[in-house]
Amino acid sequence: MPDIKVTPLGAGQDVGRSCILVSIGGKNIMLDCGMHMGYNDDRRFPDFSYVTQNGRLTEFLDCVIISHFHLDHCGALPYMSEMVGYDGPIYMTHPTKAICPILLEDFRKITVDKKGETNFFTSQMIKDCMKKVVPLNLHQTVQVDEELEIKAYYAGHVLGAAMFQIKVGSESVVYTGDYNMTPDRHLGAAWIDKCRPDLLISESTYATTIRDSKRCRERDFLKKVHETVERGGKVLIPVFALGRAQELCILLETFWERMNLKAPIYFSTGLTEKANHYYKLFITWTNQKIRKTFVQRNMFEFKHIKAFDRSYADNPGPMVVFATPGMLHAGQSLQIFKKWAGNEKNMLIMPGYCVQGTVGHKILNGQKKLEMEGRATLDVKLQVEYMSFSAHADAKGIMQLIRMAEPRNMLLVHGEAKKMEFLKDKIEQEFSISCYMPANGETTTIVTNPSVPVDISLNLLKREMALGGPLPDAKRPRTMHGTLIMKDNSLRLVSPEQALKELGLSEHQLRFTCRVQLHDPHSDTDTLGRIYTHLKSVLKSYSIQHVPDGTVIVESIVIKVTSSAEEPNLKVILLSWSYQDEELGSFLSTLLKNGLPS
Amino acid sequence: MAAHLKKRVYEEFSKVSQQQVSLEEVPAKKLRLTKPSKSAALHIDLCKATSPTDALQYLLHFAWKPVETESVEGVVRILLEHYYKESDNSVRLKIASLLGLLLKSQGFAPVCVVDDAINTLNNEKSHQVLAQLLDTLLIIGTQLPDKIAIIQRLIDVACKHLSSTYFRVRNKCLQLLGCLGTVDKPLSKETDAGPGAQTSHVRDVQSVISDYFQDQDPRVRTAAFKAMACKLLSDDYEQVRSAAVQMVWIRLVDDSFGKICHMVCDGSWVVRVQAAKLLGSMHQVSPHFLEQTLDKKLMSDLRRKRTAHERAKELYASGEFSSGRRWADDAPKEKVDTSGVNLIDSGACGAFVHGLEDEMYEVRIAAVEALCSLAQPSPSFAEKCLDFLVDMFNDEIEEVQLQSIHVLRQILTHITLREDQLDTVLAVLEDSSRDIREALHELLCYTNVSTKECIQLALVELLKNLTKYPTDRNSVWKCLKFLGARHPTLVLPIVPELLSTHPYFDTPEPDMDDPAYIAVLVLVFNAAKSCPTMPALFSDHTFRHYAYLRDSLSHLVPHLRPCDSVDWSNDAENSTASLESAQNFLQDSLIRVSALQNLETPGAQDLLEFTIRDLQRLGELQTELAGSADFCATYLHCQLLLTKALQEKIWTMAVPLCLKQNAKVSTAARQILDETYKLEFLYSGLETQQIAAIHNVRLQAKALQLILTARSKRGVDCVLGVCEKFLQDVESFQRHFMTELPHFQDSFVEKLLELMPRLTACKPLDLVKILQTTLRQSKFIHLKLPEQIHRASATIIEPTGESDNPLRFTSGLVVALDIDATLEHVQDPQTTVKVQVLYPDGQSHIIHPKPGDFRTPGPGRVRLITQVYLSHSAWTEACQIEVRLLLAYSSSSSKPSASKPAWNESMDGLATSESCIEGTIHLSKPVKVFIMPKPARR
Repeated sequence: MPDIKVTPLGAGQDVGRSCILVSIGGKNIMLDCGMHMGYNDDRRFPDFSYVTQNGRLTEFLDCVIISHFHLDHCGALPYMSEMVGYDGPIYMTHPTKAICPILLEDFRKITVDKKGETNFFTSQMIKDCMKKVVPLNLHQTVQVDEELEIKAYYAGHVLGAAMFQIKVGSESVVYTGDYNMTPDRHLGAAWIDKCRPDLLISESTYATTIRDSKRCRERDFLKKVHETVERGGKVLIPVFALGRAQELCILLETFWERMNLKAPIYFSTGLTEKANHYYKLFITWTNQKIRKTFVQRNMFEFKHIKAFDRSYADNPGPMVVFATPGMLHAGQSLQIFKKWAGNEKNMLIMPGYCVQGTVGHKILNGQKKLEMEGRATLDVKLQVEYMSFSAHADAKGIMQLIRMAEPRNMLLVHGEAKKMEFLKDKIEQEFSISCYMPANGETTTIVTNPSVPVDISLNLLKREMALGGPLPDAKRPRTMHGTLIMKDNSLRLVSPEQALKELGLSEHQLRFTCRVQLHDPHSDTDTLGRIYTHLKSVLKSYSIQHVPDGTVIVESIVIKVTSSAEEPNLKVILLSWSYQDEELGSFLSTLLKNGLPS
Repeated sequence: MAAHLKKRVYEEFSKVSQQQVSLEEVPAKKLRLTKPSKSAALHIDLCKATSPTDALQYLLHFAWKPVETESVEGVVRILLEHYYKESDNSVRLKIASLLGLLLKSQGFAPVCVVDDAINTLNNEKSHQVLAQLLDTLLIIGTQLPDKIAIIQRLIDVACKHLSSTYFRVRNKCLQLLGCLGTVDKPLSKETDAGPGAQTSHVRDVQSVISDYFQDQDPRVRTAAFKAMACKLLSDDYEQVRSAAVQMVWIRLVDDSFGKICHMVCDGSWVVRVQAAKLLGSMHQVSPHFLEQTLDKKLMSDLRRKRTAHERAKELYASGEFSSGRRWADDAPKEKVDTSGVNLIDSGACGAFVHGLEDEMYEVRIAAVEALCSLAQPSPSFAEKCLDFLVDMFNDEIEEVQLQSIHVLRQILTHITLREDQLDTVLAVLEDSSRDIREALHELLCYTNVSTKECIQLALVELLKNLTKYPTDRNSVWKCLKFLGARHPTLVLPIVPELLSTHPYFDTPEPDMDDPAYIAVLVLVFNAAKSCPTMPALFSDHTFRHYAYLRDSLSHLVPHLRPCDSVDWSNDAENSTASLESAQNFLQDSLIRVSALQNLETPGAQDLLEFTIRDLQRLGELQTELAGSADFCATYLHCQLLLTKALQEKIWTMAVPLCLKQNAKVSTAARQILDETYKLEFLYSGLETQQIAAIHNVRLQAKALQLILTARSKRGVDCVLGVCEKFLQDVESFQRHFMTELPHFQDSFVEKLLELMPRLTACKPLDLVKILQTTLRQSKFIHLKLPEQIHRASATIIEPTGESDNPLRFTSGLVVALDIDATLEHVQDPQTTVKVQVLYPDGQSHIIHPKPGDFRTPGPGRVRLITQVYLSHSAWTEACQIEVRLLLAYSSSSSKPSASKPAWNESMDGLATSESCIEGTIHLSKPVKVFIMPKPARR
């Protein structure tokens, strides 16, 4: 049986370092090539030696697909393509291709320039790597080679995030990457058609959560910010540069516009500006509102949000500042926090998750005194709020996607094992499809049952139709007579006569003959006549002929009567039928064995 | 066959000639004569046609021509003959479709052709033609809904053809079954599709149709579903009578509700919109099912989590108001039984949560509307969906925000707002969009709150709104009026605080012109209306302010009962006179006037004058009766003018001497005409009788004008045209108000109509003489008032006309002037209300506002917010222009014609505007605006 093999090199029962190998129909595909944020050693990148011990990957992989620009989905790309070696095509959407190198470059700068690591990929490598990228559009089917084709669907996680359908022949796999089923202020919801893939590989970050209405969160957020600004306080919102930051910016921007507020909003500069530029460009990837109104005004051209300068932090009066990084562990956000922490009028809003050990995590857990470097302590008087603006599908969203795509099998990645377990049970229970959750390096084999297309000759089909049967019943299988010709890598179903003709063979007749003994006191011709009338009464819908030469013919079955010389009453009935009429023939023989009605 | 046909054609011809003979006397029917021969012509054409394309051409031509009812059958026969002969599919198809068209024609009973149609069906091989023929049968069936035998036959035919291999044939069959099949009657005999089927049981239409839900062709599946829907509709009808079936239906509703809830998460947004809309129509859904649509079943890490709304409610219940939530605050507490949690339990769960946060605003609006219609009958559901609707105020699209505010207003009657909910609602008051704010004010008018803190909160927010957007003044005041009137007991404890009075000390008197102070007073006075203890808390200046406000803003400040300590203003006793007494007064005045037999008696005119004055004053005092009183006053005024005009000396003077007097009378006539137009078009709620009375007066005025023209002009020619016109008017009066004539005894019109035969015959000058005497002899008609008359009115709120700063712009270019006006009791304002701009040089422009500029905040009220563009050549100094609203009317019918001219076509002059508008009535007082067109700099 053909099968699909899936091996996660990263993101198997884990979040981060997404990298999944899929073998389908003799093709090998790598889905995402990310890095792990939590490690600084070799574990940072996927273990490519799984594919090959030494040498380049090109001959082992048919293509690489990157779902979106987050580093845990594309961070290892230059390493893989340039340092390990891969020259094949890398597929990503246009926005991803545009933004990905910015993030990679930023990442490289921090690791090499700040942390001083060596043996890391260089700027040139990023450039070379990007040259191998083949960009594609939404819903565009790209033929990687003659058999393998891929197609991108909207995923709504970040700008340019996509889900990919990979198809070889009639087998197919859908990989979701990260996706979001709830539309937000700048992106729409993930969407896929009923493509019924053999396997759906889905993320499961929020496998056990069903989230509250997002409007409630938004309102809370706006109210908090508004209140603080009204009483003259300052609001600090630590964010990561791309993704949620844009959503919150739009949210605040529209709110400011609507409420006619005057307090300044700042965004700490850096790579954001460059990225914002791309947000302005890729309008088609955003949600309905932005797409509809960008002619009048591009929503990403913020009126109220200005670039932040370090000196602004000391300005009196209310203000709102977006600053990076999002977990408050370093950089500008931490500096501003230190300045503002002492004033209870100020507020800190954490829009995302914080890793243990970061300042953000400590404050969120209610710590009021922070130890800073140099034994100094910092009193935290400002208000701290946590508000989750995460763009991953929740459990209900995942179920919704399954309902949309109707896969035959399910495979969960990008989530914690315990939570996956729960969702796995749910999926199996709800949809009665099998669900897998391999760990890193563990291979899952899914047996597929691909349908093999066969050309059927029109004549045969029409003949079948003419035979009748309950007609409008497209989905029920039906048996029919025909000859399957396998020739030159093509399959054809034709009528036997045509097959004989094409192959130049002559037809052999196969006939069964059977004698039935019958006690009948009449003469041979009378017996035959009685048989004729008997059959006539039993088989109403068949054509029965009484031929003058002493035979009865039912369809192709010939019936003759002879009597043995010694016993005139013992009649021997000769039945002869062709192979095609086997059913009728055997029916007749049993019928006649039972004797004629007197 | 050919011979037979020829005979038929000759028959047609002979029939024609017979008709010709018999119809000759009746010229009106001449037109028919050519018709029957058409079928013959068609026949000849078709016989001539050598190729199928030719025949097709003829048929196409034929399709364009109308066919008379009596000749339909002949044509049908001929078509059928050709149908049998024709071998080309396309021609047969065309014939079949023509048959369908013909059978649709009025008054033709297709019974006679049923057999033929069914016969043709049996011999037909081409699928396309078959489908078309079935369509024809469907038409026959719908034409003959009561011929059960025929319908049964048609259904049998349809069942037979269901097994066709061509999808359109199956489609048509299903359609036929759906439209014609009845629910209660099973099909008479076995009609299963496949020949292989062995069983022979009786099946009903539903099961036949439902077989095709599985069809291989999606188009057929669609048709099957549509056919079934046809069935279900009639199903519904059956159930009204049967309680048992009702039970089934309710179950069905719950089930289908669940199914549709699923569809709210569908991949296609069109489906989602449809699903959301449908949800709104399912009122019978059981409540527990309904409530699930608002709950997504929050879970976090296997634990049940409360929704933020629940948390807010609890916080409120515990008395602790939402103060900074901590990071682990929403950490889940109770552990959920893993097996018990069903993530998509029956699908209904959370449907509205999804719908409301959908990406497409169409879906969101549909969901909001559905919520509204579901919440209206169910208070508990209304309570639950409140939070969700409030959240929608924050939507990114203004349309959705507005819609949710409107919806909330509709369901608010069930709900008392909690303080935290009110807080969220009030937050929207700061919105920069005027529409949103006003919708919210409207909403607050209907709001019930529970505590005095809520009142205070609302007041504070409204005052904040007032300072931020001073233009909202009127709207805010109105809002506070209702708020006060609704919650007198809640206002009472905070009165001292609101008015900043002190038990011992006199506090400084607040500024009377401060809109905020007025706002507070409006709130307090309206609350005091139903709370007699409240005035005791007022200080002296409050009473003074009351008197002032009662006069200046009488629509906002109610009348308060006099209080012991203070002597309320003098008119206190007067105004106790209730509406009823005012009504009596009105009636009495009318009766008094009607007692006047002859207006020429001395004193009669004085009485009339006084009555008019009284009525006008009454209208000012009693706003409820303003319409009626004004109407009567105007009507009486017309009478007065007419009487005065008839008493002028000119009638006795020699013609050449009376030019001066002439002018006086002709202005009177002109004035009466204007007034009658006002009477007819400015007031709504008039009955035919009143309109007839108005027309009577108008005729009198016209007669007066006619007489004047005849006297002042020499020569008959000019008078002739006017006479003609006048007679036409009289005739049209007769046509329109035939039924009202009994009420018009001794009136001008009645007399005229009596003299009509003479009038039409006589010469213009005689006519004038007759008119003159009739005018003088005719009696004056007494008005009978209908129940309610409203006078259309308009006030321009903006521009206020108070500004001294001229609007400067370069001459030749345009400047936009914002106009904000309220219209009351104007019917169909989109077509009738215009803006007139009058320049100092006498130029006047009429501007048609866009239909979108009219908003309807409430019944009978319309808000016009629009921009008009001004332009003029350069002036040396700033000058005032006048802006006013006009009501356009067309006298051709009492209602303005429905065919609307393209609005805003340009600044047409008054004279050149469309011909159907005969005139305009001033609807509002003019507002003066300073403008200053500067010469363009080179």
